[in-house]
Amino acid sequence: MVNIPSSIDDTVPAAEVEDVELYHPHSWWTTYVFSQDAKVIAIQYSMTALAIGLVALVLSWLMRLQLGFPGYFSFIDAERYYQFITMHGMIMVIYLLTALFLGGFGNYLIPLMLGARDMVFPYANMLSYWLYLLAVLVLVAGFFAPGGPTGAGWTLYPPQAVLSGTPGGQDWGIILMLTSLILFIIGFTMGGLNYVVTVLQGRARGMTLMRMPLTIWGIFTATVMALLAFPALFVASVMMLFDRLLGTSFFMPAIVEMGEQLQHGGGSPILFQHLFWFFGHPEVYIVALPAFGIVSDLISTHARKNIFGYRMMVWAIVIIGALSFIVWAHHMYVSGMNPNFGFFFATTTLIIAVPTAIKVYNWVLTLWRGDIHLTIPMLFALGFIVTFVNGGLTGLFLGNVVVDVPLSDTMFVVAHFHMVMGVAPIMVIFGAIYHWYPKITGRMLNDVMGRIHFWVTFLGAYLIFFPMHYLGLLGAPRRYYELGESAVNPPSAHDLNVFITLMALTVGAAQMLFLFNLFWSLRNGKEAGGNPWRATTLEWQTPTTPPPHGNWGKDLPVVYRWAYDYSVPGAPEDFIPQNQPNPDRISREHIS
Amino acid sequence: MAVVLILVLVAVASVLFHLLSPWWWTPIASNWHYIDNTIIITFWITGFVFTAVVLFVAYCVFRFRHKPGNQAHYEPENRKLEFWLATVTTIGVVAMLAPGLFVWNQFVTVPKEATEVEVVGQQWLWNFRLPGANGQLGTSETRDVTAENPLGVNKNDPAGLDDIIIAGGDLHIPVDKPVKMLLRSIDVLHDFYVPEFRAKMDMVPGMVTYFWFTPTKTGSFEILCAELCGVGHPQMRGTVVVDTPEDYQTWLEQQQTFTQMMATAN
Repeated sequence: MVNIPSSIDDTVPAAEVEDVELYHPHSWWTTYVFSQDAKVIAIQYSMTALAIGLVALVLSWLMRLQLGFPGYFSFIDAERYYQFITMHGMIMVIYLLTALFLGGFGNYLIPLMLGARDMVFPYANMLSYWLYLLAVLVLVAGFFAPGGPTGAGWTLYPPQAVLSGTPGGQDWGIILMLTSLILFIIGFTMGGLNYVVTVLQGRARGMTLMRMPLTIWGIFTATVMALLAFPALFVASVMMLFDRLLGTSFFMPAIVEMGEQLQHGGGSPILFQHLFWFFGHPEVYIVALPAFGIVSDLISTHARKNIFGYRMMVWAIVIIGALSFIVWAHHMYVSGMNPNFGFFFATTTLIIAVPTAIKVYNWVLTLWRGDIHLTIPMLFALGFIVTFVNGGLTGLFLGNVVVDVPLSDTMFVVAHFHMVMGVAPIMVIFGAIYHWYPKITGRMLNDVMGRIHFWVTFLGAYLIFFPMHYLGLLGAPRRYYELGESAVNPPSAHDLNVFITLMALTVGAAQMLFLFNLFWSLRNGKEAGGNPWRATTLEWQTPTTPPPHGNWGKDLPVVYRWAYDYSVPGAPEDFIPQNQPNPDRISREHIS
Repeated sequence: MAVVLILVLVAVASVLFHLLSPWWWTPIASNWHYIDNTIIITFWITGFVFTAVVLFVAYCVFRFRHKPGNQAHYEPENRKLEFWLATVTTIGVVAMLAPGLFVWNQFVTVPKEATEVEVVGQQWLWNFRLPGANGQLGTSETRDVTAENPLGVNKNDPAGLDDIIIAGGDLHIPVDKPVKMLLRSIDVLHDFYVPEFRAKMDMVPGMVTYFWFTPTKTGSFEILCAELCGVGHPQMRGTVVVDTPEDYQTWLEQQQTFTQMMATAN
């Protein structure tokens, strides 16, 4: 063990930004509803995301009922089926995962983990939430509009998305969807600017960038990416809205629809796909990077061991973020774009596997020679490793252009992306909720309910999506309301579909237990105290729990060390908080 | 301990499922067995990594789970180990990418002797067009599509007059002859997909896309649409029949040319 001598003065630079006076609310409305406190905004974002997520969960049940028992439920006709898959996909990717990771965890954790009193632009932060809520309401309005929501698939590919052969194409559905996305992006931009500037300007004295917890690195990098990627979706949405409402032809070539020549011509459907995936691929990592960051901290804290290879982990996050902007067309290998693109995009896509694999190694090497406490957050972290490795590896099939040709647009793709950007990040979300709930509420979530919730969710989700790959390998196309008689739909495949549906219903039911636990433990949970996991990061060192407006009382914390001083040899306890000074120089100064 | 056992079970059961599952690809009927081979290589590499990682995690939980008095080891970095792991990973990735790009090069290089076959998609059926006696397809245009001329073949292009039009019927192709599929759509996106041929490609209104293959087995195969194209998407099926050369000739002689079709319509 190397002890690098250091004094407090040369490891803690002077504050660059003076402590600022906060906006103080004067009424119940400005405290709890139109709040400018990032913690309240975080709860608002999270509750809204969970509520709309419940809608997506019910939609997944309905579509699984159709796939498991085709034709048995007469109210699920083809039109509704496509509306269900579209809304399920869009809600999960944008309105649940993006909103929860960045709007929820980002708002709660950035100021607290960095030792700030709040976000730097609290008013814009508040607007961000209310625009998000408006976007959700516009989205939900689709269910009640004439013709129902759009059924174009979450990718909204034109020209079908705005034509009458698709549910909602010539009704309100697609208009409401595009409007909602535009609102979401405006709202997100307000929040996103806040997260980035707060990370860059709002850190406590001594909190250098290379002392930040990986949670913050993940959320920060994801936010920068989102600020660069969402504009592509924004312009694509605006242009499609023009095509639909004003008769322009950005994405519309000459078309004969049901025997009738349309008044469009000259537009390019593939242009939309490039714009969509220029957003859509970074979006995968916008969801994944916060999950990578959070799970690193969960594993480190609950294995009582420093995260292995911190600097490599930071650089891997940054490199993955950068590379993810030059891989988008791997979603388009069979789109009809120039096939020579395949060489480039397959190469960049497989290069990403290297930094991603390094992250996986470092997680498992953090477990190696650790002191693994099998708490619920740790269980979910283990579940994340299994499902993420599984889903990441099947990405090597789909990224490798020629292997993608038979598998693209089949159930293999559905299984892959659910495993890697559905199940895996949701494992982290659950782990994170069990981990930070005590800080947010002052009470622990019930352990027995939590363990049941974990095992049913983890094993159930694995049993849903692992076998589903093989339906795709067999050749079953995705987005089929019914496959009927076909060489790719033997009776055994039907049995498997019944099994998957039963598993999906079971996993869904387990989430009800989780929701019950969330509310039950508010009153009945065990008192948590300020730092129940004995963690090092700043949010656990607040003077009171839950932290009040302004977080830190009179004095801001000063940071003396990195976030991972667990089990330091010679230290009296197996963790040293980041704000603990260093009189006996027991800690190696990780990065000066 | 339950955690350890379940993790081991997940790894072992996944491998067993892979080996014993009845769900495997349809028997191949084209020259793209290279694609199948690349998938097999990828399964071996990724399967090994998955099993190794999950079993390693299980071992860590077994060996290093908390017991009173335990203390974790403090080791922030290990440059040598990280470098070694990154190198091995890079080698594994190259082992998958290299054959992949090699086969992709074949996939995008259409042999000169390939005969052209046009597929025209519309909601929700398939039409086909084969070159006539002059061995050449005439030009076409979505704007020219009418009830009598569902493919929008250009009436003023002499090259198209002898083209063979199959509106809504089965497509026949001769076995062991490479074909270049030219794909068009007159309304929305579709995707020409025959699982047994392994290849597929989107059909995009406003442009002509393509892929090539050589059918290697006679028989009748189902065409599925693999790009969501509206509520009728699952019903958009067709049939491609791979014939012996003799059967193909017999079938070909019974088909109508563009000129004949226009004459019947008038």
